[in-house]
Amino acid sequence: MTLEYQQQTIEVRDRFDKLKARDITLQVQSLGKTFSTNGNTVNALTDVSFDVHRREFMTIIGPSGCGKSTLVRILAGLEFATSGQVLLNGDRVTGPGPDTGMVFQTYTLFPWLTVKKNVMFGLRNRGISESMALQEAMQWIDLVGLERFANHYPHQLSGGMKQRVAIARALAAKPRILLMDEPFGALDAQTRAKMQSYLLEIWRNIDITIVFITHDLDEAIFLADRILVLKANPGEVQELIEVPVPRPRLAGQMLETPFISTRQHIGQLIHSPSSEDDGLSEVIRMTPVGDEVEPQW
Amino acid sequence: MSHLDSLVPLEQSVSTRPESDTTIKSDMSRRNANSWFTPRVGLSPGRNRALGIASFLLPLILWSAISYLPFLWHPNIKITDAGDVSYFKTGMQVERERFETEYGKLVTSGGALPQGVPTNPVYLPAPHEVATALYTSFTTEPRRKSEQWFHESLWHSITIIFWGFTLSSLVGVPLGVLCGTYAAISRLQEPFIEFFRYLPAPAFGALAVAILGIHDAPKIAIIFIGTFFQQVLVIANTTRKLDTALVEAAMTLGSGKLALLFKVVIPGILPDLYRDLRILLGWAWTYLIVAELIGTSSGITWFITQQARYKNFDNVFAAIIIIGIIGLLTDMLLARLAKRFFPWDKSGDKQSAGA
Repeated sequence: MTLEYQQQTIEVRDRFDKLKARDITLQVQSLGKTFSTNGNTVNALTDVSFDVHRREFMTIIGPSGCGKSTLVRILAGLEFATSGQVLLNGDRVTGPGPDTGMVFQTYTLFPWLTVKKNVMFGLRNRGISESMALQEAMQWIDLVGLERFANHYPHQLSGGMKQRVAIARALAAKPRILLMDEPFGALDAQTRAKMQSYLLEIWRNIDITIVFITHDLDEAIFLADRILVLKANPGEVQELIEVPVPRPRLAGQMLETPFISTRQHIGQLIHSPSSEDDGLSEVIRMTPVGDEVEPQW
Repeated sequence: MSHLDSLVPLEQSVSTRPESDTTIKSDMSRRNANSWFTPRVGLSPGRNRALGIASFLLPLILWSAISYLPFLWHPNIKITDAGDVSYFKTGMQVERERFETEYGKLVTSGGALPQGVPTNPVYLPAPHEVATALYTSFTTEPRRKSEQWFHESLWHSITIIFWGFTLSSLVGVPLGVLCGTYAAISRLQEPFIEFFRYLPAPAFGALAVAILGIHDAPKIAIIFIGTFFQQVLVIANTTRKLDTALVEAAMTLGSGKLALLFKVVIPGILPDLYRDLRILLGWAWTYLIVAELIGTSSGITWFITQQARYKNFDNVFAAIIIIGIIGLLTDMLLARLAKRFFPWDKSGDKQSAGA
């Protein structure tokens, strides 16, 4: 039996066939992560496995506390898994490096560098000469539409502009994969929608694989080829969903059946009673329990 | 129109036009924001300036009142006519009680009564005397040829501070940055430094003289000891406050270990480091007087003790005030320079607003 969100048009199915025929860029193999604090061990991630194909746009979504941030930090090499491994183009990820670009939720532009120097940072790390780096950086700044702000300092930019520079800076370092940890989480709704379209536009034009963390359902569906849905306690893969919405994505598609059915399905997955709302539902039950008790007296 | 509105009595405007309720509320909240005492809200530039001037004016007014109003304090009598009191001399100061006893004795025994005016003790000169001394202390010739002019002793003090602070910073700043960056270095250094900073720097005076002689070296050493240990801890803390995400971002951009230190950590903390050094320089001045008492007394401390011995308390006050002025002016200059050095630093604006 196929559910509504699993019904794909020929066009969409064709896209997925092509996508899956491409090389695998990122391979995550039974990743596990436990934290121990004060003698208590917490399972943040358990047996997480998935593949990301070249030029794929994957979003990862899940309730808070499902370990999605931990997961992306492990992918970036900023944290280490307790078990399992991450392979990038077949090589094991053992630490952070220029192969895995990252855009953070907080603004991480270097405040002491102008926009263009920020974008040049990764290029200079690769040993490219100042003038060459500048030339290349300007192309990336063009791509995110900020050429007029090349000589501005980060504190002179709006939140959306800062994140655009952060994307340009990460891409300029020529990563094989771009990891994004709720990069638009701090932006207002309007800017956020614009940034999503920007990002898709950039992604369409260059050869980059993106793994994007979010807790926003619409964002997850709007951007993704496939969505990895995690569940909390312990962080496990619940489902890997193929988004049935054709590309290019437009805001209007959010009102159409493929989008809505996907949204409903993920909504049910994330808000299933097994998730961490347990405490809350007990509180809600308390009043009726009291009502039931009273007539017995 | 809005001006006229506010003239209408409150009850009336509410009863006739209930919708104006909101305007009254917003008016009140605006008045509130404009208050002198809204927590954590800055003042207008005018108020800032006025209060800045007042902070100097208030102590000056207090001092003037005590100095110029004869009914405030004035515990002594300055003799203008000794009368028949054998040990009174014109110009000498006696305590009011002593004067009254002698006066009383002469009233009963008969004789020429002493005359005098109430005055403050010699160690509290009036503002105008100190104001003149601010100038005359520079022009007063030293009593002995071997002694220094005031500007010479002042300059000597400044060089002591300079060397003590520079030597401390040359070691303390790099060590502090390393402690703040690498946990291993921090654990190796900080527990001992934490212990050492509780040892009062002057306690090392005798040791410093024994090792370094009696001239400038032990004084510089005291400033060093007083500054260094605080400096390492303060700068280590400042370094730790750098947003870890910046370092992580640099790592994902391919920065190596050295690049992280020199291209991320150091530029990232530079404005705060500079602010720390400004504060620490102030602390270095507080160790100056103790340092200069060690070995052969020198510099401004020598000048102050010497002038106190001569009972030139106006010069003593002048010297103390000049230390304050030098300190304040250097800090204002350094704050001004910070704006030029660190154009990206927004937190600096708040800091230097007062200067």
